[in-house]
Amino acid sequence: MAIFQKVEARTAPNSTKGFVHWIKYNLFSTPLNAALTLLGIAILFWVIPPFIKWAYINADFKGTTREDCNSGGACWVFVRMKIDMFMYGFYPSAERWRVNTIYGLFFILMGSFKFLKNPWVKVILMHVYFIAGFILVRGDMFGLTYVPTDKWGGLMLTILVAAVGIVSAFPLGVILAMGRQSKLPIIKSVSVTYIEFIRGVPLITILFMSSIILPLFFPEGVTFDKLLRALIGIALFEAAYIAENIRGGLQSIPKGQYEAADAIGFSYWQKMFLIILPQALKVAIPNLVGVSIALFQDTTLVLIIGLFDLLAMVRLSAADSYWLGYETEGYVFVTFIFWFFCYSMSNFSQKLEKRFNTNLR
Amino acid sequence: MIYSKLAKISLATIAILGLGATSLSADTLAEVQKQGFVKCGVDGGLPGFSEVGSDGVYKGIDVDLCRAVAAATLGDAKKVKYVALNAKERLTALQSGEIDMLSRNTTWTETRDTSLGLKFAGVNYYDGQGFMVNKKLGVKSAKELDGASICLQTGTTTELNVADYFRTNKMKYKLVSYDTNDQVLKGYESGRCDVLTSDQSQLYGLRIKLEKPNDSIVLPEVISKEPLGPVVRQGDDKWFNIVRWTFNAMLTAEESGVTSANVDAMLKTANPDIKRLLGVEGQMGENLGLKKDFAYNIIKQVGNYGESFEATVGMGSPLKIKRGYNALWNAGGLQYAPPFR
Repeated sequence: MAIFQKVEARTAPNSTKGFVHWIKYNLFSTPLNAALTLLGIAILFWVIPPFIKWAYINADFKGTTREDCNSGGACWVFVRMKIDMFMYGFYPSAERWRVNTIYGLFFILMGSFKFLKNPWVKVILMHVYFIAGFILVRGDMFGLTYVPTDKWGGLMLTILVAAVGIVSAFPLGVILAMGRQSKLPIIKSVSVTYIEFIRGVPLITILFMSSIILPLFFPEGVTFDKLLRALIGIALFEAAYIAENIRGGLQSIPKGQYEAADAIGFSYWQKMFLIILPQALKVAIPNLVGVSIALFQDTTLVLIIGLFDLLAMVRLSAADSYWLGYETEGYVFVTFIFWFFCYSMSNFSQKLEKRFNTNLR
Repeated sequence: MIYSKLAKISLATIAILGLGATSLSADTLAEVQKQGFVKCGVDGGLPGFSEVGSDGVYKGIDVDLCRAVAAATLGDAKKVKYVALNAKERLTALQSGEIDMLSRNTTWTETRDTSLGLKFAGVNYYDGQGFMVNKKLGVKSAKELDGASICLQTGTTTELNVADYFRTNKMKYKLVSYDTNDQVLKGYESGRCDVLTSDQSQLYGLRIKLEKPNDSIVLPEVISKEPLGPVVRQGDDKWFNIVRWTFNAMLTAEESGVTSANVDAMLKTANPDIKRLLGVEGQMGENLGLKKDFAYNIIKQVGNYGESFEATVGMGSPLKIKRGYNALWNAGGLQYAPPFR
């Protein structure tokens, strides 16, 4: 009588596991994939070593003058000498601590949000932060020197335009989204007209309108601050896009939620703010962050109306006759900064999504 | 009330369409003195003309004119608020009163002078289209360019000027066009063409960007007229006179040898021309509605035209543009100021 002998499972053949298999399976599974892989590697070889050679091995980091850039690679001295211009624009150097303070306050604010539980306190803190930031950067109050808006520039202006654009467009966007869903015909048609009109026009047109055509309509001698005009234009523009993203969220909420709210006797506003919007905004987070990232990149358009954001500052610095010919270094630097900010934002959005469990609704 | 508002709006609309002109009849000088600075429209990104240094300070030959006007009207060349404008918004900014004067390499043309409600107050740089070639070609004049391939920026008047010039001189050529000036330069550098053409003032800037700037030369011929100068609003003749004579004072100072270094000594000169210029004698400043010593302030703080030219675009700058047409009339150039008397 044969006794059952337990046989250990055989290990998988070498050809189905390990590094070699992974490569074979993922990169060389078919002749086409193999060809594409080789092509990809060839392109990497063709691009990356020369870039590293240019940006690091042959680059000049030390020094303060054009003559220090003599190794044939990138001239990071240019970026180093111009970094203050890139970061603050024409903001007077004695007052730059104010901008840095605002950056610092931002991190303190974000840190404090981890411990604060009451949402109203958070909202109030946010408002206090924005008002304090505005007073700090503009001055003319509490003994701070006045810094007119035409001195603002560089990364500081980029962040300001993007932040103000998003923050002020958001409430307007929520209202427009609700208006578009409204049963009241006038409110509905006004919202729809506004959204469709704005979405039918490129941002650049709105900026041009605000900077070139609007001044001609003002009475003689009245000039509106150019930055304010651009900010209003951008906020109005973004509101339409945010409204559409939120509408997407609103439409994903099952009808039962509305009916349940009605059934327990909620008013319209209670229904919206306590039941519908919290769920709808959650769903809309990925798209809203998408809009924010797009806006951050769109801020570079203010260049064409003579505001000097980060990118414009680089172009301006590259036109300095002493430093002619180094725009590539400037653009590479800006690329890195933009990547850093956009990547941080999308990372932040992923964290938010995890926290709110948007995919498990 | 409502009618006057409507009228204003329609006037503005007409101005946009280029059909008519709004005129801000306001007294610009009084306004400038009230606000305490001159609002001056500049380019901001044109090497030598108006650029920004690492310290955030504007400089350039166009900027110097803003500073000179500030020195003349307010006694302090630093009292300028620069407004960086692009080519499209520059004229509107002036029409709408956002700036008091425009000094932004703007070409003086008949249309701009007559139909837009603007007035050109002078020519502070005589520009024109020129050619840059590699020294290896051994070409000394544009007349020797028969059969050359030419790199240029497409969609500009440079294309038409080249066509006209080569046809007039019965020469053959091949065009290699690009979208932006930087691409044009890359094309030239990589040997796609023998010749690069653009406005001369820009050629010198482009030349610096080359890896070996000294291997290329800018040919002496200029094949188009681009007189660049300061612009003011039409309808304020007093302000127009101030800008015009501020520039003329800089020219006259160079002509009579007054510089920022010797202007104090020149106050004691016996030369009546210089005495009138510096306000020791005569009513020159008062006639303009300014102080007697307005020209003294200009020369002391900004310098004469020659000083300004050499420091910003000339031999004292990285651009190293020769005076050429911008030399004084008695040195073979076109810069000529009517006399101060």
